[in-house]
Amino acid sequence: MTQGSGQDTEQQHMEQQPLTGHELDRGSMTGAKALWATLANHGISTVFGYPGGAIMPVYDALTFYPEVRHVLARHEQGAIHAAEGWAKATGEIGVCIATSGPGATNLVTGLADAMLDSVPLLAITGNVARHLMGTDAFQEADITGITLPITKHNYVVRDVEELPRVIAEAIRIARSGRPGPVLVDIPKDVQLAAYAGEVAYPHARPEHPAPKPEAIARAKELLLAAKKPVIMAGGGSLDASAEITALARAWDIPVITTLMGLGAFPSSDPLWLGMPGMHGSVAANRAISEADVLLGIGLRFDDRVTGRVNGFAPNAAIIHVELDAAEIGKIVRVGVPVRGDAVVAAKMLTESAQKLDLPEWRAQIEEWKSRTVTPTEWGAGFAVKSVVDRLRPDDILSSDVGQHQMLAAQLARFEKPRRWINSGGLGTMGFGFPAAIGAGMAEPGVTSIVIAGDGGFQMTLQELATLKMYDIRNVKICIINNSYLGMVRQWQELFHEKRYSEVWLGDSNPDFVKLAEAYDVPGYRASNAEELSGVIDAWLADPKSALLEIVVPHEHGVFPMVPAGAALYEMIETEPPRKQPDLSAEMKAAAEEAKNA
Amino acid sequence: MSDYTMTEQPKDHLVSALVRDEPRVLTRITALFGRRGYNIRSLSVGATEHPGLSRMTFVVTGDRGVVEQAMRQLEKLHDVVRIIDHSLEKFVDRELVLVKVAISPDSRVEVRQIAEDFRSRIVDVGRHALTFEVTGDEGKITAFIEQMRPFGILETMRTGRIALTRGSNADIPSHVYHDGETETLRPAVESVEPREERARDVPNLF
Repeated sequence: MTQGSGQDTEQQHMEQQPLTGHELDRGSMTGAKALWATLANHGISTVFGYPGGAIMPVYDALTFYPEVRHVLARHEQGAIHAAEGWAKATGEIGVCIATSGPGATNLVTGLADAMLDSVPLLAITGNVARHLMGTDAFQEADITGITLPITKHNYVVRDVEELPRVIAEAIRIARSGRPGPVLVDIPKDVQLAAYAGEVAYPHARPEHPAPKPEAIARAKELLLAAKKPVIMAGGGSLDASAEITALARAWDIPVITTLMGLGAFPSSDPLWLGMPGMHGSVAANRAISEADVLLGIGLRFDDRVTGRVNGFAPNAAIIHVELDAAEIGKIVRVGVPVRGDAVVAAKMLTESAQKLDLPEWRAQIEEWKSRTVTPTEWGAGFAVKSVVDRLRPDDILSSDVGQHQMLAAQLARFEKPRRWINSGGLGTMGFGFPAAIGAGMAEPGVTSIVIAGDGGFQMTLQELATLKMYDIRNVKICIINNSYLGMVRQWQELFHEKRYSEVWLGDSNPDFVKLAEAYDVPGYRASNAEELSGVIDAWLADPKSALLEIVVPHEHGVFPMVPAGAALYEMIETEPPRKQPDLSAEMKAAAEEAKNA
Repeated sequence: MSDYTMTEQPKDHLVSALVRDEPRVLTRITALFGRRGYNIRSLSVGATEHPGLSRMTFVVTGDRGVVEQAMRQLEKLHDVVRIIDHSLEKFVDRELVLVKVAISPDSRVEVRQIAEDFRSRIVDVGRHALTFEVTGDEGKITAFIEQMRPFGILETMRTGRIALTRGSNADIPSHVYHDGETETLRPAVESVEPREERARDVPNLF
């Protein structure tokens, strides 16, 4: 901030101290510069993006704002997933930038992903100049129209005087309440226009509504009378982790964390039952099915979590703590709606809590927990377990989408929130690797591990160049290579009489080790249980970011599994013996039965 | 909330919304209805006494749960300032219809007589057709159209229903069906700040 002693030459000064706004001659203010100034004012230190024609004034203005780091991805989808990874790891807003037309449409998948997983995200796109808008100009796309259903809100800035205010408002909307993505589309001539006004300062985050005391009182009554209570914590509970942990321990109620809520409750606690849903743990799914009171906190009862809805928690009175009123009663019948902030609600529910003494329920749960199968034979499960067992409490685990994702969610153990990053709602293949880069850049001090499949990794593998460009050293890529689109293959095996349609990648997969090395990323490979441990050691110990390919058998399934259309209590707990010929018939029958029930 | 899951016959529900006059606000709302599969029977939009704010009245068809869900989803739209659920308090509603009826020398008198009975105004007179303006609630309008149908209706245009909560709800407690105070005297826009004022009062660090 200081102007120096006055004797420094400009060059010395630049070397010695990071530049701040006051020392730079930024020239006259334009829309583009006001954009960067506003972002900097909001404490945004890093943005991910990709330049192009209609966003060039913004990239030109970027050179005047060294306080914001721009990370050049290799595809706009990589940029937005990296911004999501950043946001999911830190809980703070992720920012990405793209040009008009194809650049903007390449953000669509990421925006939809962020919408479904409630990720605070600001996407900035350039557009053609105002007089060209609506004329089918070169690289013009109506991105606000396209993204209208997949953003929390979006804007076209048609007047430079509005720009800083819109950016500030967009950031506030993205972060407040139930977070989500906001897109701001800026025509090129607005970026270039002279701007004489103020630069917007952060809006205060609006306070969340506090739960109604009557609702809390009613919830407590239910909990007090409960014989088989269970808590279910979702993605909306990540920032209430400490309060929910205190709540569960005060009442002595077991806790289930959903795919998005993993880490909200420490997995080392004996009260933890794992994940519910289609590939959930035996204990979680059985507990939900038997429970008489289910306290759901910050979740939306996704169909992958509930299974067949009329068979979900059939005996339970459901207490639903949720910030988004539209989620309460959307899917499941709610006995006690508690609308409000999870932190406040958990605190209120903890006040005057008393330990429930329910030995039978606990014994039942222990029996279910004992049915958890740990993979001991060589296969994808064994490989994933070997990797996730190396996680230290601060390390971040990202995953792509598919069998490896479910295995990682089943097998990884998290002690705190925001250490698990995956695409839960949209199930976006190609999400994992760029998200791990974003998370790794947000927290350079920890190891950011990503587990991906051979299929999904190839959707965004170009971001290996991003690792190289920024010399990122803490991203460890693990590819579980079964030469198949494994999850689709599993469904074809079970529900389509093994007609494996367009899922075999084995003949065309690249040599992943060589591929990594082409980008100066060291590559490692393991193909059997004996060598795996040693190779993992070397991979993690490599001072650079590194890629590990684990070659596993082609045809393993993920179990437990609740067939689509079945209730949670109709889960298939373990993988049926592989040689059994009528496996698919049996699974089909189970699904059929469930449908008819 | 408690009647969420009760099975009900789908019926028409009246919901009003105060929205900001921003680009695409109508698209945002109709797209929301479209993608979530809610059924709108009519929608009318007009300016309000507050600059920058419009008011919409929807007629949504569905059971109570669907309508609740639609209102909660609407509330989440940034440009929606307030939702008024007309099932919670007594309201007045009106619809205006223009009806062009074919006439012949024989039917002319009868048609005019029916229109008079409905207190309808004639807004266009021709030798072969009369155009009427009818205002009223849904029952009156349906009855008018049915009365005119035998003579030959050439064209109709309806504005869609519009509604306001009754100001008299504040005087008559039984007009309020929810357990709180009446909303009828609440200013429509207390929570909306004009954009210009929000834009001011922003310190410049640079």
